[in-house]
Order: sequence, then structure tokens, then C-alpha cells
Amino acid sequence: MGIGKTSSKNVFVMGLVLLILILLAAAPLYASIYTVILLTSVLMYVIIAVSWTLFSGPTGYISLASAAFFGAGIYTSAILGNTLPLPLVIVLGGLISFCLALLVGALTLRLKGIYFVMFTFGLVELLLHFIMWWEVNITGTTGRVVPPVANTTVFYIMLMILVILLLTALFIRRSRYGLALQSIGENEEAASHSGVHVTALKIIIYAVSAFFMGAAGAVMATRWTYIDPTIAFNPLISFMPVLMAIFGGIQPLYGPIIGAGIFTYLEQFLITRFPYYYMLIFGIFMLVAILYMPEGLVGLAQRIWKKSSGKKHADT
Amino acid sequence: MIVTILNVVIAGLLLGGIYAVTAVGLSLQYGVARVLNIAHGEFIMLGAFITWSAFTLLGINPLVSLAICGPILFAVGYILYRTLFTRLRISSPTPGAFEGNSMLACFGLLFIIQNVAILIWGADIKGYTYLTSSVDFWGAKFSANRLITLGFALVICLLFYLFLAGTRLGKAIRAAAQDPDTAGLMGVKINQVLALCFGFGAMMAGLGGALISMCYEIQPTMGLEYTMIALIVMVLGGLGSIPGSFIGGLILGLVGSIVTYVEPGLSLVAYYVIFMLLLLAKPTGILGK
Amino acid sequence: MPILEGREVTRYFGGLAAVFNVDFEVEQGEVFGLIGPNGAGKTTLFNLISAALAPKSGSIKFRGKEITGLKPYQICRMGVARTFQTVKVFGNMSVFENVLLGASFGKRNRIASADAAKEASALLEFVGLTEATAIPAKDLTLGNQKRLEVARALATRPELLLLDEMMEGLNSTEVTRAMALVKRIQESGITVIMIEHVMKAIMNVCGRIMVLHHGAKIAEGTPKEVSADKTVIEVYFGERADA
Repeated sequence: MGIGKTSSKNVFVMGLVLLILILLAAAPLYASIYTVILLTSVLMYVIIAVSWTLFSGPTGYISLASAAFFGAGIYTSAILGNTLPLPLVIVLGGLISFCLALLVGALTLRLKGIYFVMFTFGLVELLLHFIMWWEVNITGTTGRVVPPVANTTVFYIMLMILVILLLTALFIRRSRYGLALQSIGENEEAASHSGVHVTALKIIIYAVSAFFMGAAGAVMATRWTYIDPTIAFNPLISFMPVLMAIFGGIQPLYGPIIGAGIFTYLEQFLITRFPYYYMLIFGIFMLVAILYMPEGLVGLAQRIWKKSSGKKHADT
Repeated sequence: MIVTILNVVIAGLLLGGIYAVTAVGLSLQYGVARVLNIAHGEFIMLGAFITWSAFTLLGINPLVSLAICGPILFAVGYILYRTLFTRLRISSPTPGAFEGNSMLACFGLLFIIQNVAILIWGADIKGYTYLTSSVDFWGAKFSANRLITLGFALVICLLFYLFLAGTRLGKAIRAAAQDPDTAGLMGVKINQVLALCFGFGAMMAGLGGALISMCYEIQPTMGLEYTMIALIVMVLGGLGSIPGSFIGGLILGLVGSIVTYVEPGLSLVAYYVIFMLLLLAKPTGILGK
Repeated sequence: MPILEGREVTRYFGGLAAVFNVDFEVEQGEVFGLIGPNGAGKTTLFNLISAALAPKSGSIKFRGKEITGLKPYQICRMGVARTFQTVKVFGNMSVFENVLLGASFGKRNRIASADAAKEASALLEFVGLTEATAIPAKDLTLGNQKRLEVARALATRPELLLLDEMMEGLNSTEVTRAMALVKRIQESGITVIMIEHVMKAIMNVCGRIMVLHHGAKIAEGTPKEVSADKTVIEVYFGERADA
């Protein structure tokens, strides 16, 4: 199409990403099982971060509901995992999150962004309470058992989800819809006056982003043998992608990937060293990132690159 | 039958009083200082725990703790605004960007404050008993602490209303809420007023937390739910309207009490249903512009 | 049938009538001027036509079809495009991308990406911004940003173009260039309605003018007729008008 900049820098980065993906795909062959499990966690965070950025990056609408979609996927697995085959469960987990996001979007995305933020903020707690009430009063069960799946299988499924997600993100970004999304973030009124059906586009993209979170949740559920609402709906999952995307930068595609990678490593490091302080430290990181790195690491790097190459646009 | 209704209504006002105090605080912070403080619940939690500590460690009467929590949380809010949010205001390119950034900064604060609280007080549920003797109202029994809580909640709101309506500073705040730029041109020291508003908002949260600790058990993770409720009350009353938050709080409290009577455990769901109905029908709320 | 028709169009802001009972008819192919002192309701009227706002009462018809109640993107796709008084370009997107957006979404029928790209390039040439193709829109001068907005609006293949104070802030050379651009747009078959304060432009380019004041129409006619109208003179120059 001609929208995406096929500069040498972008080609290099894409080549790098491809290389990393190939290395990852081969990981179970040469790495320890512990590493594979760790890598699966990395993949989980990357998927959530990239999905989050898919919508919130270009439009600027900050979704705090990632935990709700991820949790919905987990719960789908918890409920259906014993009766349906895994691939179907994963797709259903994605679809349920997709529908949930459609509902949230239809309610809030035609209004000012602040309503969206407020509604998504409370969604996790709401689902948690509701499902808990349902389980106590209606089904009589608290928590469910999920049939376990081999670690390498989980790893490969997550890798596949990530690849599909990246391809989807790339496709959207290079299409007219990526352009439209960006225009919505720049100036929604002008976008709508230029023929973009703003509300519909926002809702669809939001739902697509939720799909991947739900699918990832459905897979990851197999790692916990016992699921209850407090395990499935964890507010930290809403917090992490925002932090990762902000740290890594929200505009380019690979920003959240870098941010997610750094943070998963940091999380593992901090959990083992400071098990009581690590969430506190992440909160501090969040403040620091907002205050001093509004464009994230990648944005910061870009600014430095621009300064050093001395580019300045001449006015015509 | 009458007794039951009375029970439910007064319980609803009790709850509503607390909701009103906390929502007015949030409304000050969002409506005037333009900060969507999603860490509001954490300030509430701090107020609750400071009161708990004062009572269990030092034997200080919780009502007296109101006078302790208020200033402490006010100071915390004021300092936070003067340092963190002022800096963000300067560095944000547009007001919209500031709203987004400040909200995210509050997200960070949420985790910081919650985890600091867990470190200090531990993650368990805590409570204390205070004035739990029963009072009789036409056959309906209420524990004294709940009645006092309601009383104090209403008094706090009334005092604050008088402050806004009567004092010079109050008028400056109302002007800043309507139109910060013009207010600034009229000589209102905007930065100061915004910081004070944020401080007052935190103070209301702290006071609300103190009142909550008198009636309910508390936990360092309690904040999130109260933030959600305060947000819904704000939307119900109308974003940016301080009296709206007061009325919205009372209404939501009544709803919560009725729902709890019919089906306990679903009150939060009921609040969200109201939220969804508002979004569909009248997002600007009862008194909103 | 006039291309755009308004009957008793009314819109309030609070208790104040921003536009009150305004009737108008714009014929196809003309350049129609809309003038009046600040606050007269001109931009509000544009907002009502483009559906950025909804009227309290009254009807607006485009090609005989009622357009009040539609959404902005629908009106755009029907063939009405506009520019904004405070320029609303997509700052961090390139000049080309700005126009491409209009070309990709603004028409009733979807067109292929390659065609949209071609159209975008052609339009940049039409307004004279080809050299700036890759520059982020926020780095342009105000005058060029206005031209970009025009290009973006034209990319939606409108039959009717609303220009809101396109010449504000331009020096006299730029004004002359802008007037020439409006003429070229008219020659390509597009009907134009312009809000302007720059009298030189209005008088020279417009075939007919409508004057608003405090939300109501106070005069209408050719530039000559309107400039001789007593009410208009009073409104613009106060009572001490040269007879």
C-alpha cells in the first residue's frame, strides 16, 4: 500500500523479530523445561501488551480491562476444559472475550474517553464479584479444576497465538484501518468528517484485541490446576500491559514487545529477590515512566536518534 | 413491614452517607483538578487504617481520629498535587494528555500505596469494635456507631457545602471548577486552588475511610471497590458536579441497601447495572452539564 | 432543486439562540458566502450541516434528502465535506497520509488502495503541496495546514465543500493564492460555501452572500447588494455609516 515505511531500519527490526521467533520456536529442543516455562510467561505478557497496544496505542483510549478479558478466557477454560477439546476451548475463550469487549465498546466508545476508562477500570472487580456470587448461589461450586496440558504444548500454542497476533497487528497497521485508527487518535472529529465510522472501528478493534487476550487466558488456565475467581481475575494483569506499553513506547509495533520482554525479566528477577516489594517497585516504575518517559524507551531512543542525525523538516 | 422498610432505608442512608463523602472527594479531584484519581480508594483505605492504628495502639477515639486523618490525608493530597501532578500538567502537551497521564500516574500510586499498606499492616482483615451498642428507632435496631457515622457523614458534607458557598476560597474553587482559565484571569491563583482541591479530595477520602472503619472490617485491598463505587456515583450525579456526587451517593447507598436485602452479594453488580443504564440513557448524570 | 437547503434551522446553546430560524438555499455550482460578525452563528451553521451538532428544530436537505440526524461520516460519504476554523489536521501523520485518509474513507463506495493513493497524490498537486508529501502535518505552516485540510476534504470527492475561514491568518499573497484555489475548486464542479472575514475574498469570489447576526439571517444577495444593505452596514460599522 505504501503506508508502512519500509525503511532499512524497519526491515532490520523485522528481521530481528523473525530471528527471535525462530529461536523461540526451537527453544524446547535446546533449553531446560524451566526456561520454556519462563518463556511461556514472557509470551503471555507480550501477547497481552501487544493486544492492548493494538487498540489503545493508536486511539489513545486507555483500557484498564485486560484482566477482565484474560480472566474470561481463563474461566472459559475452567468451565469447558473438561468437556471440549483444547483448540475449541481456546477459540471459545477468545470469542467470549471478543463479545464482552463488543459490549463494553458499544456502551462506552460512543462517549468521551473518560467513561471508557472508568468502565474498564471496574470491570475486573465486577466480573470477580459476579462470578463469585454465581458460584456460591447458583452452581454451588467454588473454583474448578482444569485438566493439565504439557508445558511444551502450552508454549507452542502461546507462540502460535503471538504469531497470529503480530500478523494481525501488522495487517491492520498497514491497511486503511490502521490509518483510520491513527487518525482517530490524532483528531476524532476530523476523522469522522473524513468518512471514518469512528465508533464502529473502535469497537471492532477493541474486540479483536480482547480476542487474543481471551485466547491466551484459555491456554494459560491449564497451568493452574485449580481456578477460582480471585485467581482468574487479577488486577495486576490490567496494570502490566499498560506499564509495559508505556515503558516500551506505544506507537511502533515492537515497542510493547520490548517493554514486555524487559518487564517479564524484571518481574522474575524482582519476585525472587524482593518477594514482598516487587509490586511496589513496579508502581514506582510506572510513576517514573509517566513522568520522565512519556514516549517510552523506544520513543526516547527515537528522539535521541533524530537529534543526533540533525534532521529538521524544512517548511514549504 | 414498616420496620423492614425503615431498616433498609436507614441502612441505605448510612451507606449512602459514606459513598457521598468519598464521591464528593473524587469529584473535587476530577471536576476541578482534572485528575481521575483511581487511587482514591487507597486514600480511603489509609484513612481507615490510620484510624484503626490510632484506636488499637493508642486508644484514640475514632471520632477524634477524624481530626487526625483529615489533615494527614489533606497534606498527602496537597503535596502529591504540588509535586507529581503539577509536573505532569507542565509536561503534558494537551489537557487531554494530562488527564490520561495523571490517571496512569494514579494507577501507579494505587499499587504503591496498597503495597506500602500491606507492608505496614499486613494483608489480613482487621477490625475493631466501637460503640456497637444498639439504639432503637421505632422498633428497628441500629448499632450506635452506624448512626453516628451517618450523622458525621452528613455533617461533613454540610460543612463542606457551607465552605464552598460561603468562603472566598470556596468561591474560588467553584470558579475554577467551572472555568479554570477565566478564573485564573480573575486573579484566582489557579495552581494553588487546584492543589488545595486535590488535598481536600484526599481529605474527604480519609474521613470516609475513618467512618468506614467504625462500621466495617477493613483490609489493605479494600480500596478498589470503593474507587469503583465513587466513580459510579460521580457518573450518576454528573461528572464535575459536587452536589451531584452527594445526591448520587445517597441514591446509590439506598440502592445498595435494597439489593443487599433482596440478594446479598449482588450490590456491586447492581451498581454496575446502573452505570450501564446511565451510559445508555444519560451519561451526563443527574446534575451533569 | 438547490443542492443544499435549510428551513428554519435553529440551535440553542443553553438559553442563547446560536442559530435561529435560518432559511437558506444554495444552488449547485455557485460559491456562496456566509459572513457576519464574530459569534453570529456561522460556524454553528456549518456544524449543523456537517452533523457535528444537531439542530433543535428545522430541516436541512442535501440534494433533496433530509440530512439532520445523520452522523458526520454518513454526510461526508453523501458528498458534503468541510474544513475547520481551528485547523484539524492529523499532526503526527504525514501530509500524504492525511489526504489518503480522506480518499480511503470519504466516498460512498470503497475504492482500491492503489487508486486512493493516486488520488491523494493528484490532490496534493492540485493544492500545491506536493513537495511536502512526507512531512508530518504538524510541521507545516498554518497556511499550508489549511491547504492540507482542503486537500483532505477534496479527497472525499464532495459535491459540496464547506470552507470555514480558510483565509484567516494569511498574508495578502497567500489570500490571492487561496482565492485562486477556490476558483479552481468551483471550476471542477464543486459547490462551495465559504465563511470568511476577509472581505476582498468574499466580494471577488462569491456569487451570492448570506449575512448572519446574532444567529439570524439579516441579509442575502449578490456582493453588491449586500454591501449596500443598510442593516449590514449598521451591523459591521455601527450607526455612523457613510451615506
